[in-house]
Amino acid sequence: MRRRVKMTRDRRLLAALAGAACLSLLPVSAWAMHISEGILPVGWAAGWFTVALPFVAWGVRDIRRRSAESAYYKSLAGLMGAAVFVISCLPIPVPGTGSCSHPTGTGLAALFIGPAPTVVIAAIALGLQALFMSHGGLSTLGANILSMGIGGAFAGYYVFRLCRRLGMPAWGAAFLAGLLSDWATYTLTSLELASALADPANFLKMLATILLAFVPTQVPLGILEGFISAGAYSFILFRRPDLLPVLKREAA
Amino acid sequence: MRKLLLATTVAVLLCPFLALAAGGKSWTGVDETVVEKYAAEAGRPAREPLINTDQGDLLLFVFALAGAAGGFVAGYCFRDLFGRRGSKAEEEKGV
Repeated sequence: MRRRVKMTRDRRLLAALAGAACLSLLPVSAWAMHISEGILPVGWAAGWFTVALPFVAWGVRDIRRRSAESAYYKSLAGLMGAAVFVISCLPIPVPGTGSCSHPTGTGLAALFIGPAPTVVIAAIALGLQALFMSHGGLSTLGANILSMGIGGAFAGYYVFRLCRRLGMPAWGAAFLAGLLSDWATYTLTSLELASALADPANFLKMLATILLAFVPTQVPLGILEGFISAGAYSFILFRRPDLLPVLKREAA
Repeated sequence: MRKLLLATTVAVLLCPFLALAAGGKSWTGVDETVVEKYAAEAGRPAREPLINTDQGDLLLFVFALAGAAGGFVAGYCFRDLFGRRGSKAEEEKGV
């Protein structure tokens, strides 16, 4: 009887989350950290591609290696790819700021599938968004991969590992991983914009201006991303701990 | 943990209503209010995207198509993704 009640609760929770996910798929033209087509000069765009490509190659190699070790790895990577795509398309209006922004999901994905494979799924998500949703751009794809894929994934992953080594509970570590991966993404976006758009003499001033402009939306959304990461990580840890072999070995 | 998930979901769903209640252009993204604003000021305005899906119901069509394709694939691979209920008990019994 108790098991039946528990199953019903689980189904309700799953239905609620699925409903929330469906709502998030409503098409609206409101985006955030992605750098749009044509904003970066050719040299800078090519430079960010050059920085991003080795990480993508590393990620592809890592996916192959981990897929050979575990039968379910590719399915999990596909699922996390879908999650990153949806989360990085999810515009959330921040009350009082008059604008909206989105979480990134790459910090969370890195906890499940590792940081380098997360760069690959972020690259795929950003490529699809640039091609079919007027979100970001093909010429700025390298810069967007660097900020959201590389910055978000590696910041989230290593913050989580550090926190676990310091004895923090898993949910707390996942919260900080989500929070700091979000802030790392927007800090890198500011850095990319300032370095491409400002004169060398005005670089720091422009960097500070753009960072401050992101603060009103990204401080609350970073905290929200922390809660999303902590909730999702705790849920998976409770329901499917077998999906976290990498973390069991390296961080837990 | 469930309370945390529920609270987060409720917070996300409440945000649009709170923002609407506060007034203003709450659905304008920071790419417009920050990224494109400073880029335009620096003389690098954003260009038209390669494929502009912001035309009538085209974006809705793309989402519906992608959702249907993704849903079918996820359904086909459901057991690979989420496991089979009771499989642990079967493993313990050696089934």
